[in-house]
Amino acid sequence: MSDISTLLPCPEPVRFLAPDGTRAEMSTETAAALEARGYTMPSDEDLLAVWRGMVIGRRFDAQATALTKQGRLAVYPSSRGQDACQVAPMLALAEQDWVFPTYRDSMALVSRGIDPVEVLTLLRGDWHCGYDPVATRTAAQCTPLATQAVHAAGAGDGLRRKGSDGIVLCLIGDGATSEGDFHEGLNFAAVFHSPVVYLVQNNKYAISVPLAKQTKAPALAYKGIGYGVRSEQVDGNDPAAVLAVMRAAYQHARSGGGPVLVEAHTYRMEAHTNADDATRYRTPAEVDEWTGQDPLVRLQAYLVGQGVLDDARMEEVRQEAEDFAAALRERMNAEPQVDPMSLFEHVYAEPTPQLREQREMVRAEIAGAAGAAHPVPAQDPKQEATR
Amino acid sequence: MSKPTTYAQALNTALRDALTQDESVLVFGEDVGALGGVFRITDGLTRDFGEDRCFDTPLAEAGIAGFAVGLCTQGFRPVIEMQFDAFGYPAFEQVVSHVAKMRNRTQGRMPMPMVIRYPYAGGIGGVEHHCDSSEGYYVHTPGLHVVSPSTPADAYSLLREAIASDDPVVFMEPKSLYWSKAELDLPVTTEPFGKAAVRREGSDVTIITYGPQVPNALKAAEIAAAEEDWSVEVVDLRTLVPFDDETVAASVRRTGRAVVLAEAQGFAGMGAEIAARVTERCFHSLAAPVLRVSGLDMPYPPPILEHTYLPGVDRILDTIARLQWDDEPDLTHAGSDTRAVSA
Ligand SMILES: Cc1ncc(C[n+]2csc(CCOP(=O)(O)OP(=O)(O)O)c2C)c(N)n1
Repeated sequence: MSDISTLLPCPEPVRFLAPDGTRAEMSTETAAALEARGYTMPSDEDLLAVWRGMVIGRRFDAQATALTKQGRLAVYPSSRGQDACQVAPMLALAEQDWVFPTYRDSMALVSRGIDPVEVLTLLRGDWHCGYDPVATRTAAQCTPLATQAVHAAGAGDGLRRKGSDGIVLCLIGDGATSEGDFHEGLNFAAVFHSPVVYLVQNNKYAISVPLAKQTKAPALAYKGIGYGVRSEQVDGNDPAAVLAVMRAAYQHARSGGGPVLVEAHTYRMEAHTNADDATRYRTPAEVDEWTGQDPLVRLQAYLVGQGVLDDARMEEVRQEAEDFAAALRERMNAEPQVDPMSLFEHVYAEPTPQLREQREMVRAEIAGAAGAAHPVPAQDPKQEATR
Repeated sequence: MSKPTTYAQALNTALRDALTQDESVLVFGEDVGALGGVFRITDGLTRDFGEDRCFDTPLAEAGIAGFAVGLCTQGFRPVIEMQFDAFGYPAFEQVVSHVAKMRNRTQGRMPMPMVIRYPYAGGIGGVEHHCDSSEGYYVHTPGLHVVSPSTPADAYSLLREAIASDDPVVFMEPKSLYWSKAELDLPVTTEPFGKAAVRREGSDVTIITYGPQVPNALKAAEIAAAEEDWSVEVVDLRTLVPFDDETVAASVRRTGRAVVLAEAQGFAGMGAEIAARVTERCFHSLAAPVLRVSGLDMPYPPPILEHTYLPGVDRILDTIARLQWDDEPDLTHAGSDTRAVSA
């Protein structure tokens, strides 16, 4: 039986940086408690890497949003404001680790080093998953909510069975924690001692439904305890705290400690997607309040204050981000080429006879000879043989 | 006075009128409150009827359906929204094992007078899991009514009837028709459950269809008449369960040829059921085998390829063409040796 105190999250979200980029004030007890949990302020070098990732990630996000306005993307769920949760956890992963993301985690996938055009394939509508999930160790972005929570538990178990020291990071939204699959995922991960870290990006809304209508739990982090899962909460707009907490969580999972649930308190600055009208359910004042918590501004101010980031370096990375966006824009401006016949390639390893008939029908339609080969029951064996 | 009314507005008005007239009606689901639903079908209902009557739930479809089961046990009439077709799957257990079977299990003592609203099917460029045609799962489940209106008038009338029904109704709303309009004077009462509508009369071929494909059938019929002088009758089922054998069989007996048109993947789907029923009832009147036009037998494709997948007007015309020939149909061969039709 595990002692419940080893599962309980900190009473307040872990925070190292205040919104203005100075070191957050904390009592000596709090400092000692964080230390005891293995949360240590990351080095300036690590934070510079996170900062750079966030500058590029945010530029990517802005570019994707712009592409929806030009009709190049069917839809885009922005993660601006959640940049710290999208970038820091990715940079702390090891090569062999896996990620199980959702539709909102495009910035995270770009931070993981996946080709941004391949990331946007889903949202442009060329295919459901544009990147190779096995080669990138990143599962297809999940649209049905919370289903990936159970996959992550199984993948973690699989890694362990294979003797890998890889772990699994499962990204999930606050609303999705109400789904049964979230609970089944946590329970399976706990029972099978899967090396999984669940990161709940609590951005306060599930489309229009605020957290207060989603749950009565004092914090989503408490949801782990009932399953015997170590749980934590962190200021999701503090990149330093997110990096520290995720690293400790990875370490716990990797060293055989079992799953961890981390709740990051953050905010989605844009609407749910470009198709959503956020003014119907939230006030400009609320959005303004969170603008003052911007994770990128916060970290940048800290690094400048430390004297490790100067104008020249900022300009250099800004330019790097611009180049990244320009290259993405250019590649996204090319008309997507998708061969309709590829529809038939990926239903089964070997198409069924019925699918073969349908393939011929579509081929004939495309060739302009519609009707030549319809999926009608083959009626005359002689005719069938001569096809 | 009639005014242009969209399918979505007709649904909204039906919900309003039901909430006004019956205290036991409750509307709930994901984002149905302040947002008015992602398709705005519940727009303004929370404002006008209060949070007690139209409310957001936690994000959990099994929870929504199961909660509705509980409310039914206490005499309420829940109208629940599943945000998109494929997001109803987490609730599948509740719907097939409890909602559908409760009357039967309890020997009629505990009916489930609920409506489960699903925006379904494609043609709107939605990303994956937003365009499934899932009616096949529900029609295969005894105990459920399955309804799929294709016009704003039917949307209103059938939804009112669904809410008034003492049995559970799976109410499938074709997303591609939400913005379609008709001159309408609400409230309106159209034909009841179990009655198909002949949307266009014809004498050569019957197209049997429903929901999102009704407009395509009518378009194909128009082209066939104009360009080939084929007279195509279009039957809109309106309700899949109960199924109107009578109207369908009467039409096919008159025309002698039938095409079943459904947007869902064809294999073992609603179209197969219809084709079988037509064959059973009209065998001696059929001059050709019943043919199906459907979506392809694959997961709903990405938006860029959905038009390859969806049964379009061309595919319908093409199928009709293969039922036509100049000679008198050779009925001695029909059904057993069908070489005649493949020529
Ligand atoms: C099973 C299921 N139900 C409903 C939806 C529709 N839907 C898409 S996103 C969303 C809100 C999700 O909120 P949250 O989990 O907080 O994630 P966020 O979008 O805020 O990142 C809903 C209801 C879905 N995708 N899957």
